[in-house]
Amino acid sequence: MSDPSAPDGTSGLPDEPAEAPAGPHRVIGTPPPAEARTMLGERAGDGAVGDGPLPVVRELPDEPPDPRHSKNAERLISVLFILSALASVGFIAAYVGLEVGPIDAVLRSNLALGLSMSVAFLALAVGATIWVRHVMPPVELTEERHPLASTPEERAAFKETFTEGAEASQFVQRPMLRRTLIAATVPLAVAPIVLLRDMGPLPGTYLRHTVWRKGLRLVTYGANTPISPAEFSSAGGMITVIPEGYEDDANALAAATAIIIKFQPGVLQSPTVMDWTVDGIVCYSKICTHVGCPVALYEQTTHKILCPCHQSTFDAPRGATVLFGPAPRPLPQLPITTDADGYLVAMSDFKEPVGPSFFERG
Amino acid sequence: MSIDRALDGVGRALDDRFRGARGVRVLLRKVFPDHWTFLLGEIALYSFIILLLTGTFLTLFFQPSMTDVVYHGSYTQLDGVRMSEAYASTLNISFDVRGGLLMRQIHHWAADLFVAAILAHMLRIFFTGAYRKPRETNWLIGIVLFTLAFTEGLFGYSLPDDLLSGTGLRILEGVLLSVPVVGTYLTFFLFGGPFPGNDIIPRLYIIHVLLIPGLMLALITAHLFLMVHQKHTQMPGKGRTNTNVVGAPMYPYFMAKTGAFFFFTFAALAIASTFVQINPIWLYGPYTPVGISAGSQPDFYMGFMEGSLRMWPNWTWDAWGHTVAWNAFLPAFLPLGIILTGLALWPFLEQWITGDKREHHVNDRPRNAPTRTAIGIAGVTAYGIFWAEGANDVIADHLDISLYLTTEIARYAIFIGPVVAYFVTKRICLGLQRKDLHLVEHGVETGIIRQLPTGEYIEETRPLNEEELAKLAIDAREQPAALPVGAGAVGEPDVPPPGLRGGLGKLRERLYKVVTESVPLDGHGNGYGGHGNGHGNGHGNGHHEPEPEHAVVPPGGPGETSPAATATAEGAPEADDGRGDGPGQS
Repeated sequence: MSDPSAPDGTSGLPDEPAEAPAGPHRVIGTPPPAEARTMLGERAGDGAVGDGPLPVVRELPDEPPDPRHSKNAERLISVLFILSALASVGFIAAYVGLEVGPIDAVLRSNLALGLSMSVAFLALAVGATIWVRHVMPPVELTEERHPLASTPEERAAFKETFTEGAEASQFVQRPMLRRTLIAATVPLAVAPIVLLRDMGPLPGTYLRHTVWRKGLRLVTYGANTPISPAEFSSAGGMITVIPEGYEDDANALAAATAIIIKFQPGVLQSPTVMDWTVDGIVCYSKICTHVGCPVALYEQTTHKILCPCHQSTFDAPRGATVLFGPAPRPLPQLPITTDADGYLVAMSDFKEPVGPSFFERG
Repeated sequence: MSIDRALDGVGRALDDRFRGARGVRVLLRKVFPDHWTFLLGEIALYSFIILLLTGTFLTLFFQPSMTDVVYHGSYTQLDGVRMSEAYASTLNISFDVRGGLLMRQIHHWAADLFVAAILAHMLRIFFTGAYRKPRETNWLIGIVLFTLAFTEGLFGYSLPDDLLSGTGLRILEGVLLSVPVVGTYLTFFLFGGPFPGNDIIPRLYIIHVLLIPGLMLALITAHLFLMVHQKHTQMPGKGRTNTNVVGAPMYPYFMAKTGAFFFFTFAALAIASTFVQINPIWLYGPYTPVGISAGSQPDFYMGFMEGSLRMWPNWTWDAWGHTVAWNAFLPAFLPLGIILTGLALWPFLEQWITGDKREHHVNDRPRNAPTRTAIGIAGVTAYGIFWAEGANDVIADHLDISLYLTTEIARYAIFIGPVVAYFVTKRICLGLQRKDLHLVEHGVETGIIRQLPTGEYIEETRPLNEEELAKLAIDAREQPAALPVGAGAVGEPDVPPPGLRGGLGKLRERLYKVVTESVPLDGHGNGYGGHGNGHGNGHGNGHHEPEPEHAVVPPGGPGETSPAATATAEGAPEADDGRGDGPGQS
């Protein structure tokens, strides 16, 4: 192989340092060339930057590695490997010595374990890399690649064998066998699907209803206290309410959770149903009509309800109509009134299904 | 020597039983080409192994149960709070199991790294054309693995049953409900009834720890087997051809390097997990359908889907007593479907357009396939816009602009962005091709200025050496044009070849022109057409290696190389073998 660049008068050029053309071809530490040649190609194929036959094994640098250099590398690698071993011992020590439980103890333990583990792996990784790059002689092999396709003879032989087998089975000649086999396997494939039927109940009309019913009290989420309209001295923020007695029923809450907002007189407008409000207090479903996140954000100055997931925005004083975003429908309004004790109660369930669209919704 | 003894003893015993001497020897000498992008797939593989190791540890302590418990553990801020056993056991792993927090964090970081590495690996394969025949099957396996990977991630981070991930499941419920006809049934069967029910965590758990990892393990095995069987592709370089593989042998070089790389990957994840908190579920609190935390963001690989859901218009159909929620169904499935289907079909589409049925083992440089690169960047742009929109609240907050404006911008950008990206990328690729051609024709500027006896200043150039020339892979550009697609008929409208007849044929012909567009490379004197800076007709040596040790640059500057000067400088030999195979002994 010739060295094509050999740039006289142009020394100091930015050349490719690592991949610089080869010098003498010495093979160190690899199996003898004779052996290598038996499995590797002798020439470069066509289509390349061909300048004649390529050697089987190409050693990249001009010079064989300096023995002093590799001795230094060996020492450095050994230090790294010892460091790794010490770090692993440290990991075990940290495990044994450091308790967990309180958050600062957990953080201390995490730091000690993580740091020793990182050092153990990193030292191994760096050591192994230096080993490859500075101790093992750099080597490049060229392996011949053959077309993946089988030879025509092999294909013919395969075809023959396959055909023989097919004929022996008489799969083609006996349509009755073939068809009854298919008849046997199709229902067999359907059976496991049937088996999945009991994974859940049929939806029925479940999604059309929530647990709200006439006379059921609204209670604040968290404190679980009933709400008296008189407590609202002025218009204000949004309060999350849930049906009384369902505080721990996640399935019920996933549909029935609602919000109430009190408005100054005259702010509430159509299409809000005024008969379903008490004293300027309106109640909407908290479940977004897009994909069901709780609409938890309320901007008092603009009266906008915002879903934090996908930013559907609802106009609170106007029947929670959609102002922006992917939600297709207003938040359903819950008809509310007060009971004998003066607490807010539902007049009925929601008049339409709450939450995301579903096919049977209509 | 001890190696001898070991081989005579253990080696003989093994070979007596398995007859491995020949096969294993071939394996030991298997050649692995070197290029930094080849490490991307390895990162994915090693992340997967780390996921298996840390995941197994987590299963020893995690309770996949939605049974209500009242928490009385070490994390006193949640003392007395009702929560699911799943959430309580995750708190337990984080605070009461030594190394539990570290393992949890490594597992989560490794999952993010896994998907990121798969994405990067996939882009590398796409942009270098490594998916071409005979590797289409491995490409398809890769796409399935990618799909499984992010599904696995979604199910995995849902398991702790915290407020953030529970909200993710709520969104999953809403999306499943939107599936036309069968949506409600799918939802009720998956959740075992209405949301949230008591079944979803144990079901996701078994899918997450057994079903999907099992499938992935099988597919990764097939992926690697095919890679070994079909042998690695290689980047263009000196001595690298379509009929060889050049690189370091498996034993001991690749083994040592890849072992080191595994440790690097593990170290990187350990460092991240030591110093950077991820998914602090104790701050989110247990899931309740009533609550939500502001700024809810999924893991990055679901951000694409999240953005799509955010920017979609609120279309629904209400007809015949039924509702079709296009506003949730389409954003969840259409962009993802287009990207995955497009990726899966592209190799076959490209084959049909170019008629290229040959095997390809030398990768393309992205610039040498401008249309493919441009399509890829257009896809990346679309993905990026969806992804950024998935964090539009954060963007709006940091840039102090209206939240709705970010969505409006995204709604336009999703159409305009990819088109702009396509044309810009294609221009850049063609420009880079011209630059390569310039290097081949005029050599590398050395920065050395000489004054000629006439007083003229010249900058010396030096020709590319073989290695540099080979890396440019100029020849690769000629390949498509040489194909028997009936391209010969492009200029002769009289009788189109069979493949180009009819409407479909016309389309194919037009696509062919687009897909194979490159800077012309005829190698017979005219240089590169359309360059248009005044030296279009003087290149006596075409794109061939200029033999002179230095070409001459007139004082005007490197961009204005005079072809006449090039030809006369040192008497360039007109070695024209029509292939541009480089200097000398061809």
